[in-house]
Amino acid sequence: MSRHQGLRHHDRHLTRVTRRALIAGASAALVASSRARAATVTDGAGRSVPVPARVDRVFPAGPPAAIMLYTLAPDLLLGWPRANRADEREFLLPDVGARPEVGRITGRGNTANLEEVLALKPDLILDIGTINPTFVSLADRVQEQTGIPYALLDGRFDGVAQAYRVMGELVGRRDASDTLARYAEDTVKTISGRIAALPRERRARVYYARGPRGLETGLGGSINVETIELLAQNVAGGTRGGLATVSIEQVLVWNPDVIVTIDRDFAASVIEDRAWAPVAAVRARRVHLSPKLPFGWVDFPPSVNRLIGLWWLAKILYPDLFPEDLRTLTRDFYGRFYHVTPNDAQIERVLAGRD
Amino acid sequence: MTRSASPGLLVAIAALALGLVVAFTVGRFPITTVDLFDVLWSRAVGRASSASPAAENVILLVRGPRVVAALLVGAALAVAGTAFQGLFRNPLVSPDILGASAGAALGAVLGIFFSLGVIGIESLAFIGGLLAVVAVYVIGSLLQSRDPILVLVLTGVVIGSLLGAGVGLVKYLADPYNQLPAMTFWLLGSLAATTASDLLPLLGPVAVGSAVLIALRWRMNVMSLPEEEARALGLATGPLRIAIVAAATLVTSASVATSGIIAWVGLVVPHLARALVGPDFPRLLPTSAILGGSYLLFIDTVARTAAPIEIPLGILTAVIGTPFFIWLLARMQRTWS
Repeated sequence: MSRHQGLRHHDRHLTRVTRRALIAGASAALVASSRARAATVTDGAGRSVPVPARVDRVFPAGPPAAIMLYTLAPDLLLGWPRANRADEREFLLPDVGARPEVGRITGRGNTANLEEVLALKPDLILDIGTINPTFVSLADRVQEQTGIPYALLDGRFDGVAQAYRVMGELVGRRDASDTLARYAEDTVKTISGRIAALPRERRARVYYARGPRGLETGLGGSINVETIELLAQNVAGGTRGGLATVSIEQVLVWNPDVIVTIDRDFAASVIEDRAWAPVAAVRARRVHLSPKLPFGWVDFPPSVNRLIGLWWLAKILYPDLFPEDLRTLTRDFYGRFYHVTPNDAQIERVLAGRD
Repeated sequence: MTRSASPGLLVAIAALALGLVVAFTVGRFPITTVDLFDVLWSRAVGRASSASPAAENVILLVRGPRVVAALLVGAALAVAGTAFQGLFRNPLVSPDILGASAGAALGAVLGIFFSLGVIGIESLAFIGGLLAVVAVYVIGSLLQSRDPILVLVLTGVVIGSLLGAGVGLVKYLADPYNQLPAMTFWLLGSLAATTASDLLPLLGPVAVGSAVLIALRWRMNVMSLPEEEARALGLATGPLRIAIVAAATLVTSASVATSGIIAWVGLVVPHLARALVGPDFPRLLPTSAILGGSYLLFIDTVARTAAPIEIPLGILTAVIGTPFFIWLLARMQRTWS
């Protein structure tokens, strides 16, 4: 890092032209297959974003962007929206996982100060998430105020591959981004292909439980249940929206076959809870606690961390259709995306959904 | 209390009885009146019920505790509101005027922020409500004034907005994916997660606080007179005020800790009760309690029945309470002038 910074600092004294030439030469040498880099790329919102001449430091606008950038180019990540806990760092590159907390600049929940952001001297600001006029105007505004290119990319499953390719273009890592994009495409295609053979009524009916009492759930089309809705019927999908509270009565009426939860307390207590006892999923002991290290497998942050969750959930719902070994898949995914090789004990711990 | 019950009280009791039957038989899970009485009867005589196990489950473990909680919370908020409106001699006062809800809100969002369990969150909310009112009372008493009541109310408003800023700060720092929605839901008020085990921590404080208020019912009549007149009648207004505030705060904090913030009940119901039985506290308190319980029971039945997802209670009470309150204001100007 420090060598990089020194080099950068030195750069500033060079004239613009020589600097460009130098960088063009350097990047051509570094990335052998590199073609000439375009002047601008079109981001997920259709905005035209200038490609920085050289990218050493990238500021992630929120958790999804931090995770996706980490998977592609951990060395470029300036910091995390929230500092990682020790149990999360265990599954990340030690020096990158420990990088500082820099806040977030997505939406209303701004915790990063724009002057702070500028002081970090990013070459690019990367934002991944919902694309709507609010976030587009936020991106335009920040880009205008800071003069730093601000790319807004789509974090949904059908946008991930494209997001990787745009990111690769922006940071000059086309080959690596293409590999990850292909993995994402293949995963979604393989899994949805096998499920497409099942008639709709034979797909599992799943209730997604959040909160210590399991009564918060994701409605139809919510980013929180994208993983579930790709594979199964979301019992709460009849109403469209985001997160909402429901009553146990309503869950009894839905009578889901499977319950997926991210809450450990709920997962532990629901089996003993007499009020939940008549639910088919509870009777059949099909209540599953989502793994969450280093990042959640089914829900949040809504980024590429959910790709391995697709395999996990597909195997839970349709064991016959998905004979692959989850441990092998997990080790492969963690190697490709998180740049670590967890041992057997670590994988068991992840799969158990423990902290 | 040997006088015959007033027609107003009978109206309230009739509303409660109707509310109970409707609440038990209406909901997302189909329960017939036959199921209801069969389950209750077989419980009473100790034989197996012929209703389906799921129906029995809903009646005894899901809807039952929720109905009881709605009754208790509604009654508690209405009684506390009645006591405060009398004590502060002001018709616009609600039970959270001294910061009980704001304190409970801060306690609850902190509990969610630190990922505590349900019991931890509810305990923090309860303690937060009590501490907020103690702080308001101590600060308000330290400020010497010719109008201690007004100073107390103003201190409550000021401390309440400070606590509101605290809630805002915690929400700002919260994890936007997991904790923030939970905080939002809590602040909107709901009885969706009520289980039988929540009832005891709710019933205890509500029973104690209500008992104190009912024991003080005659003195509360005198307390609603201007300060000098009450003193002239030989009443120790200071200690009495502390007792009323403590009792009303106890019931409010316990309710808010269970249900989240539910505005309007403690403001509107006392007016309705006063319209039915007049301002005499020995009659007003029980009427208010029964009406408050019935009102929240009705609102909660709508909240859990109208849509597959829960409608937050705070939203329903506001939507129903606002026009109702305006109507009351138009009708009842004489009572308070």
